[in-house]
Amino acid sequence: MKILTLVRQVPDAEARVKINAQNVDLEGTTLVIDGMDEYGVEEALRLREGGAGVEEIVALAVGPKRVEDALRTALAMGVDRAIHVETDEKLDPIALSRVVAQVAQAEGAGLILVGGQEADWDSQALGAATAERLGWPQLTWTNELKLEGETLTGRHDVDDGNESFRAALPAVVTTQQGLNEPRYPTLPNIMKAKKKELRKDDLGTYGAQPTVRVVQSEIQTRARLNKMIDGKDPQAAAEQLLDLLRNEAKVLA
Amino acid sequence: MILIVAEHAGGKLAKSTLEMVTAARQSGREGPVTVLVLGQGVADIANAAAAVADQVLVADMPQLATYNAEVWAAATAQIAQEGEASTIIIGGSRSGREYAPRVAVKLDAPYLEDVIRLSAQGNALQAQRYTYLARVTETVEAEAPVIVVTVKPGSFAPAAAAGASGEQYDVELDLPAPRVEVTGKSVEKSSRVALTEADVIVTGGRGVGSPENFATYVEGLADRIGAGVGATRAVVDAGWRPYAEQVGQTGKTVQPGAYIALGVSGAVQHLSGMGKSKYIVAINKDAEAPIFKVADYGIVGDVNQIVPALIEAAGK
Repeated sequence: MKILTLVRQVPDAEARVKINAQNVDLEGTTLVIDGMDEYGVEEALRLREGGAGVEEIVALAVGPKRVEDALRTALAMGVDRAIHVETDEKLDPIALSRVVAQVAQAEGAGLILVGGQEADWDSQALGAATAERLGWPQLTWTNELKLEGETLTGRHDVDDGNESFRAALPAVVTTQQGLNEPRYPTLPNIMKAKKKELRKDDLGTYGAQPTVRVVQSEIQTRARLNKMIDGKDPQAAAEQLLDLLRNEAKVLA
Repeated sequence: MILIVAEHAGGKLAKSTLEMVTAARQSGREGPVTVLVLGQGVADIANAAAAVADQVLVADMPQLATYNAEVWAAATAQIAQEGEASTIIIGGSRSGREYAPRVAVKLDAPYLEDVIRLSAQGNALQAQRYTYLARVTETVEAEAPVIVVTVKPGSFAPAAAAGASGEQYDVELDLPAPRVEVTGKSVEKSSRVALTEADVIVTGGRGVGSPENFATYVEGLADRIGAGVGATRAVVDAGWRPYAEQVGQTGKTVQPGAYIALGVSGAVQHLSGMGKSKYIVAINKDAEAPIFKVADYGIVGDVNQIVPALIEAAGK
């Protein structure tokens, strides 16, 4: 069985996001492999190390040239090879799922791992849309996963708590914090990764067109009062804060 | 028609459904506002929906007794096709955002996810949503005969009951068998108000010091003022508190009237989940903590000293 693991490249969580001409400008921003996707890469490696019949692990990224760096990270973590569909076109998750589903079919993948929420789009749609295109079931917000033969078992978060599940492959699993602790690539593995295959693909072959247009992006920060209360006298500070919450903000009875 | 899929829990129509009705009426899209109720034994829920909608479609079937992404997507797409829906509005809950993309793919429709505002622009639908860990507000647009939307909870005012009651119709559906088998379920019960519904939230970070201090100060203050309890990722990672309480990018997104952060540093990951709160209060002994930059009221001081005083003063 082959595992396809999706990798996106996003700004580091602590990086400042800039807007230029009503668009997010990533020039000069520190970019990293999306943390949520990293759990997916790690989980693929762990399934194989844990003795599940994993024949090959392939990482896939769709995006501009720089996305290669995220794929190199995945290769250095231990995936076997990578596919880069290189494009400067901004595809929304529904459009992107068209590419992912076709790659999964061409590769004969039996399991797709993808981050539960992308840190650039703040979207949870990619895994579900890909599953629908392939006609596969999906397990989202997974924080425990086992694979025996063709059967997946594990646990995932739902609206009002969490559920244990069982499902047969093929399937799409979306990953999140708590599933594992991703490994750091070691220097020997970074060197080895340079020799691994990173295939370039052309977006044109997949017939994917954006379905949503970004009209504008802006950074809207709510003006905060920034009122500081002197904390030296705890009693007085507590009473002053309560007074403000009750009588100025009117958020406490 | 504008098709809304009702969210309900515990036999009651959820507030999010009323918010979706407002979003539908503001959207400027054509057709009657129609609520689809999926479930079993949902007569009361359908009646509640009829008070705010032009019409209600009721699918009361044993196969719909519990939620399943593939089944919900199939049901929604089927009704949307039969009713020639122009717009499909689904809740921005975890489950809503899980099956809505499947509906969009089934209908070959664009998908506007987790939106906070909706408006028609000619034949197109324009929406606002947060991106980049809620640091950016993006305006997006789609133009198609049918568009799928999920609405971020708490972003629209709940619709008030109209004088007249919408007509109710029973519908029959052809549903697939669920392929994911649920083998166990753990429901997070809390005597406290749910985080996503709370008007006031008290959250503790690592600066609180220990799990014992968390119970004394964070829970103590929350109970005194009738607030929900939240935790930062660091606190959850350390095993002090359950994941259900985590607020942030990888936890829950909240938008209360007041968010009281105790010993919270204010990492972007956390701000993304609580940064839209109406008032933010920060108590932290580190005067340089980034949380103070987004705070309305800040106290530089030791949680161990300020919070007991606060609990006492709040009881007066």
